[in-house]
Amino acid sequence: MRTIIFRTIAPYLAALMVLFSIFVLLRGHNEPGGGFIGGLIAASAFAIYGIACGVAAVRRAISLHPMSISAAGLFVAGLSGLPSLFMAQPFMTSQWWYLNLFGVEVPLSTPLFFDIGVYLVVVGSITSIALALEERESD
Amino acid sequence: MALTGSEATVFAVLAPFAAALVAPALTRLMGANAAWPLALVPAGIFLFFAGLVPDVAAGARYTPTLEWVPSYGVTLSFYIDGLSTLFALLISGIGTFIILYAGGYLKGHPHQGRFLSFLFMFMGAMLGLVLGNDLITLFIFWELTSITSFLLIGFDHLRAASRRAAIQALVVTGGGGLSLLAGFLVIMSVTGEASMSAVLASGDVLREHALYPLILLLVLGGAFTKSAQFPFHFWLPNAMEAPTPVSAFLHSATMVKAGVYLLMRMHPVLGDTVLWTTILPLFGGATLIVGTLLAVRQTDLKLMLAYTTVASLGLLVMLTGTSWEKAIEGAALYLLAHSLFKGALFMVAGTIDHEAGTRDVTRLGGLRKAMPITFAAACLAALSMSGLPPFVGFIAKEYLYAGIWGEGGVPLTLTAVAVIGNALMLVIAAAVAIKPFLGPKVDTPKHAHEGPLLLYAGPVVLSLTGLAAALLAHDTGVYFISPVVSSILGNQVAVDVHLVPGYIGAALILSVVTVVLGIVLFLKIDALRDAMARLLAAIGWGPDKGFDQAIAGIVAFSGWLTRRLQGGRMDVYMTMTFLVTAAALLVPLTLTGNWPDTLEMPGFRFYEWGVLAIALSGLFAVLVARTRLTAIVSLGIQGFAVALVFMLFGAPDLSFTQFMVETLSVVILALVMTRLNLQPRDHRPMLPRLFHGAIALAIGVGLAGLLIRITQMPFDRSLSDFFEQYSRTIAHGRNIVNVILVDFRGFDTFGEIAVVMLAGLCVLALIRVRPTKDRAAALDHAAGDEALQKSGEARL
Repeated sequence: MRTIIFRTIAPYLAALMVLFSIFVLLRGHNEPGGGFIGGLIAASAFAIYGIACGVAAVRRAISLHPMSISAAGLFVAGLSGLPSLFMAQPFMTSQWWYLNLFGVEVPLSTPLFFDIGVYLVVVGSITSIALALEERESD
Repeated sequence: MALTGSEATVFAVLAPFAAALVAPALTRLMGANAAWPLALVPAGIFLFFAGLVPDVAAGARYTPTLEWVPSYGVTLSFYIDGLSTLFALLISGIGTFIILYAGGYLKGHPHQGRFLSFLFMFMGAMLGLVLGNDLITLFIFWELTSITSFLLIGFDHLRAASRRAAIQALVVTGGGGLSLLAGFLVIMSVTGEASMSAVLASGDVLREHALYPLILLLVLGGAFTKSAQFPFHFWLPNAMEAPTPVSAFLHSATMVKAGVYLLMRMHPVLGDTVLWTTILPLFGGATLIVGTLLAVRQTDLKLMLAYTTVASLGLLVMLTGTSWEKAIEGAALYLLAHSLFKGALFMVAGTIDHEAGTRDVTRLGGLRKAMPITFAAACLAALSMSGLPPFVGFIAKEYLYAGIWGEGGVPLTLTAVAVIGNALMLVIAAAVAIKPFLGPKVDTPKHAHEGPLLLYAGPVVLSLTGLAAALLAHDTGVYFISPVVSSILGNQVAVDVHLVPGYIGAALILSVVTVVLGIVLFLKIDALRDAMARLLAAIGWGPDKGFDQAIAGIVAFSGWLTRRLQGGRMDVYMTMTFLVTAAALLVPLTLTGNWPDTLEMPGFRFYEWGVLAIALSGLFAVLVARTRLTAIVSLGIQGFAVALVFMLFGAPDLSFTQFMVETLSVVILALVMTRLNLQPRDHRPMLPRLFHGAIALAIGVGLAGLLIRITQMPFDRSLSDFFEQYSRTIAHGRNIVNVILVDFRGFDTFGEIAVVMLAGLCVLALIRVRPTKDRAAALDHAAGDEALQKSGEARL
């Protein structure tokens, strides 16, 4: 699998895929996409990088253990349900804020943070599995 | 009225739990002396309920209520009447001295704080049980007493005997609790009421209902196990493994009376039927005789007392079971008398054990000089237990004899049972209280001397209370016995209690017979003991052994079943899973006659034919693939074709996800394959191949049939309409699928991503298992598949 072409292209491909996955994640509320698909794209990006350049390189690149990313995602998702409690609404009632950044209106919402949590959980879990399997292949 | 908002009662029940929280810290700070301030808690509760006594005696009933789980109609409500007040007074009053006693008994024990904490938790649970009005609340406290009793019996958890006794008590009483829960649920559905006070007001509804026998049996299942009725009596003597304060509190005065309490409590609505007056006296009488006979055989002070507790509970059940007013008066008096003298005697036994180093009655003697105060308390309590004047035990015996004798018919048998039981009770009382103290001095393991104030305070006060209750018989009758009897009978009655019998009647004669018989038997106690030992040896088997056999049987059965179901062969698991899937698809379709009627082929466009061709070529490739790897990749073709179908029919999100899941499935499956020690080619013989093919076909046909059938049903648009209408306006999103996932059904998604993460963790753990065995490799494979399926489900 480790042909020179694959190894040369893989880092760029992976970077583009991760970028694309974030794009898919953010557009999810209005266009096809969302945290789950985004997470799967990013996970496949890491899997490709791992097959091409070795697991150690991926682990260096993401610096955290993938399972910690997953756990952080679950934490963010749970946290996103809390603000409504302070507004005397049931857990996970969505809250919206419209920020004005340099003249552009940016809508922020708790479902967005929830979706980011979903993204992180999927990336983390699938990447852990894929990396662990690839690692055993090489030892 | 002098008492009590709801808060005061709730506070009284919760106070022991608060004390349970501070007990360990306070004990660390003050050592054994922490018992003094801690005992103020039950003392305060005692005073609170004592303040209610005059009102309750005048016929007042209170039902303080607090909402607990309003959405299910579960309330934290209490019912205060004569019966529950007497129990609350016994629990808190005896509890006060038990806390003091525990302070002295476990002085210097490294876990004394934990022990006191458990005791307080039990006290709170027990108060909640006797005061609980809501049936569910009552059940929860009922089980809580079983659990705290488990903790207390198993306190010395390094000893195997303690652990066994704790588990046995939990299994027996907890199992009975489940029976009680079932009984309560039936009662609730029959009466439509959720609270004890309302059920008690329902009159004959339960008695006349067709389900009455079932209700009675279920409630008795709870009461008989808790109150150690034969043949469930065996857990109580085993529970003597607990430290003595526990035995004195739980296993004589309070917890084991919970079953009797329940029977008395429900007597107005369940009692006085043929079934009731047959079952209860039968089991109660049998328990009385078995308990006293087994007690005679023992030489351990605590075990003797434990078996007489079993016997006394039998007596109470027997009296309650007659439903005769006079007998119930006797039961109420005996209930009070027994709690006082048995609590005191247990503490005496514990003090002897603590100070002399043994509680084997054959190795004790002549302690009267060394322990005068304990001896005095023991004598007072033993006289009450023997039913001699001027103690409350005597009054109780007079009334119960009068109660049984007064009716015609069966009573002769019951009277005989009661006389024999009481005579044997006198034998035990003498053996426990007289033998260790009188006679020549016997060398004991420890040099015996009087215990500290903490140890003798309880026995002295309790036994003196037994004397005072008898001397002030009239007040006892007005303030305690009349209200209790009123509660049990369900209508207001006044019981006139006298210490001195008004006339020489049957009761007094029976008492004399009992005492004479008791003294004769006591003189022959060694012969009696040998005879019992021989008899038991001849029988050989008992419920205690039966419990062990039942547990061993359950373990053996589950082992057998697990080995059958979990053989450890992957192909068997897979075959079973797919067979069940096929059955789940095909059987309902066939049974309900829901196979699709006609197959109409819609006109396909050319590119739709193309997708179909791709799917079919993928299928063909799987079938003819030479190696497993090729087959896996070919399976991906199939998945991509499905993704294309989703895209063509307007589900871009689904299609998108399907593409990604399919890709990752193939990658991960391929990675797993390289790790498995499988041959690259499939070498299954023809027969299994055909069999597996048949299963695959069955699932395919079933799923296709189901899907076609669903599309033929009329489509309910209400949900789609709702989401189309509100997705934009409420949730500010145009992508309905995503809005449902992260907003409308966000909580579901939350659960699903938690599952994804857990599945990931499990797979990781399985991969880390070193591949020393072939089994580890097989497990990897299964887990990888499963995780992918889960991730797919989370989205789809």
